[in-house]
Amino acid sequence: MNKIFEKGGKLYWLHSTVDAFETFLHVPGTVTRKGAHVRDAVDLKRIMIIAVIAAVPAALFGMWNTGYQHALATGADPRFWADLWFGFLKVLPLFIVSYVVGLAIEFASAQIRGEEVNEGYLVSGFFIPLIVPVDVPLWMLAVAVAFAVIFGKEVFGGTGMNIWNPALLTRAFLFFSYPNSMSGSETWIAMRKGETLVDGATGATPLSFLGDGMDALTNSGAQYGTGFWDMFIGTVPGSVGETSVIAILIGAVILLWTGVASWKIMASSVAGAIFVGGLAQLCGGTDIPCLYHLVMGGFAFGTVFMATDPVTSAQTDCGKWIYGFFIGAVCVIIRLFNPGYAEGMMLAILLGNTFAPLIDWYVTDRHIARKNRVVKAA
Amino acid sequence: MSNNIVLKKGLNIPLAGVPALVVKRTILPDTVAVQPSDYKGLNARLLVREGDKVLAGSPVLADKKNPDVLVTSPVSGTVKAVVRGDKRKLLAVLVDADKDQEYLDFGAAKDGLSAGDVKDRLLKSGLWTAFVQRPYGIVADPAATPKAIFVSAFSTAPLAADTEFTLGNETAALQAGVSALAKLAKVHVSVKSADSAFAKLRDAEIHVVKGKHPAGNVGVQISHISPIRKEETVWTVSLELLAAIGRLFTTGRYDVRRKVAVGGPAAAEPAYIDTLPGIPMSALKECYGSADGIRIISGDVLSGTNAGEDGYLGFYDTQVTLLKEGTEPELLGWARPFRFNQYSADHSYFNWCLGRLDKEVAMDTNLHGGPRAFVMPDSYYAKHLPMDIYPLYLIKACLAGDIDNMEKFGIYEVLPEDLALVEFMDPSKNYVQDIIQNGINLMLKEMA
Repeated sequence: MNKIFEKGGKLYWLHSTVDAFETFLHVPGTVTRKGAHVRDAVDLKRIMIIAVIAAVPAALFGMWNTGYQHALATGADPRFWADLWFGFLKVLPLFIVSYVVGLAIEFASAQIRGEEVNEGYLVSGFFIPLIVPVDVPLWMLAVAVAFAVIFGKEVFGGTGMNIWNPALLTRAFLFFSYPNSMSGSETWIAMRKGETLVDGATGATPLSFLGDGMDALTNSGAQYGTGFWDMFIGTVPGSVGETSVIAILIGAVILLWTGVASWKIMASSVAGAIFVGGLAQLCGGTDIPCLYHLVMGGFAFGTVFMATDPVTSAQTDCGKWIYGFFIGAVCVIIRLFNPGYAEGMMLAILLGNTFAPLIDWYVTDRHIARKNRVVKAA
Repeated sequence: MSNNIVLKKGLNIPLAGVPALVVKRTILPDTVAVQPSDYKGLNARLLVREGDKVLAGSPVLADKKNPDVLVTSPVSGTVKAVVRGDKRKLLAVLVDADKDQEYLDFGAAKDGLSAGDVKDRLLKSGLWTAFVQRPYGIVADPAATPKAIFVSAFSTAPLAADTEFTLGNETAALQAGVSALAKLAKVHVSVKSADSAFAKLRDAEIHVVKGKHPAGNVGVQISHISPIRKEETVWTVSLELLAAIGRLFTTGRYDVRRKVAVGGPAAAEPAYIDTLPGIPMSALKECYGSADGIRIISGDVLSGTNAGEDGYLGFYDTQVTLLKEGTEPELLGWARPFRFNQYSADHSYFNWCLGRLDKEVAMDTNLHGGPRAFVMPDSYYAKHLPMDIYPLYLIKACLAGDIDNMEKFGIYEVLPEDLALVEFMDPSKNYVQDIIQNGINLMLKEMA
């Protein structure tokens, strides 16, 4: 690094920024000072970039689906490349806003703390456009990102210290601050200025029919398919990256194969959703088959990419089982028994994040109690 | 209790430069150093002056708190210099060795020594410092009564000396050592297989411990044999010093000569040398050529001391590791799909599924990243740690200086070396062993 960026240099205020770009291009020649003289080649950049790569299929599908839903809703003929291009132009600004606002704050806070820039936001910044409606006004997104990064992360001390998942906090901020832009039938399908829905078309997502049961879902009369496989493939309206379970499963395979995310959380979250969904179905609370919950709305995306966030999820193996199950169960409970919100995943994960330290506390406490018992018995 | 322990967790780091099982050289240098920093918890008082004559076994240092605990000279000769650092801190006592070595005679032992005799002789000869007390990893307090004495008869650390080679033909001395220690407390010896040369030692309980590193760490073995709880103490002795204790009782001499493994990617001809602790590293010049850009480590790569060319072989160390300093930046390092010239056990690199995890790699001292807060969860860090503890909780308790939680999460059971692999694999590049050592230092201060 040039001397003027070092402490006491004229451009020291740019130190963290320069360092971030420099270490992005190459691993620095820093050597170990004490302790283990050799280190594993893995670093956080590597782990984070795997998470981003895992989300790319969902992002690409989301772009195409944005164009496809637009074509369906306006009565145009769906054409693959045209739809993808339309979606790309719609989604790209979301990525730009998310990264520019988030990284600017991240760089500034790293400089204030005198630390290196943490790569955590590379992942959050990629996830945020995927969990918001495609037509969300960009200024709202910017405000929400700023809120989430500053109050959700930096005030706690940056990546690794935060309690809630910053990407979900962005969505929660949008959801509660600008409810009109986050619900209703105008949000989920991208429209150009002056375009209107063709007769009979709806802008509602499959989730919004959920409260009225299976009949409402199958006979919704929507211009898109509302069957199980339609939702599995993802050709339905919704947040940009959350609709296609197939694309998300590709990401899940990458995350699990590389060991970046926890299979325990994913498995137990699915188990929790099936358990509550199945129980409700058995007791006659709803006639929606429990498997539908796995393919609807943000459940799949949340389970694979959000609940498994290493910082905000449970830390211990046993805690992960409890935490995942809790999220899956609460998500379906909110969907079925709460008339206010159609989507329960965001709140379920944020609630799970809140309780994760408590779950871990319980797990470690039991562990220590067991150890002490063994001692007394011996 | 079963005496067969199989550890599933662990990681053998395939560092290049495995020492050949042959003694290449015998090095008895002109000058040997006695370093107080080798002895944790010892507050050294100097007993000699420049120009004093000493024999092998003559006291050089004493502990200020327990004046009976002595550190003695490994050679006979003349005290050449007393090296002091900032604030007159005692760094080393240099002894010029005589041509013909003379040993202080502690008297060959007759049968039927009492526990008091054993203790007395160990204290006088300076071999008391062979006892490392757990918790805390300090030189044992002679007034304490340990629950047991543990010996690990093998090491799994990267490029560690093969004890079957270095001590396999010294079983008589080892047996004398075990029999003497058995007078003080119950002795547990862990061996790596039932047909090991050390599995036949009498007067001790033998445990067969199988597994990858850190299975050979005595701390890991203790946690599976008889975990340390609050207000308990155990002592540990390295196999090398157990042999020295045995020699003390059979020949009456303080004789700490040992075979030392010299290996590592920067070693010219990785092999063993026959030498003494305290030799200057510069005496190994033939093994590394020029010291430029080379790190000379007394001990293993995970928890050894960066001695440098001007440093000395540590009292407890039986290996020297030579590494290249990794000061070269690596273009697009983390972004490459594969990095076959680097080692990573993490699944985000693909060595694990390409069958390359055991392939030898010439690792250097590069940190491979920048320091970050802990991001990955506790279960990630526990992946290679075969102990019944939550490593990240313990580390965070140490960082916070929270004594209650340090106690709860097992500070009594660990020494920094036990969490060395956690430090090795940490993608956030924290100095975990340093954090644990600071935690232990805090405990020592608070408990005093």
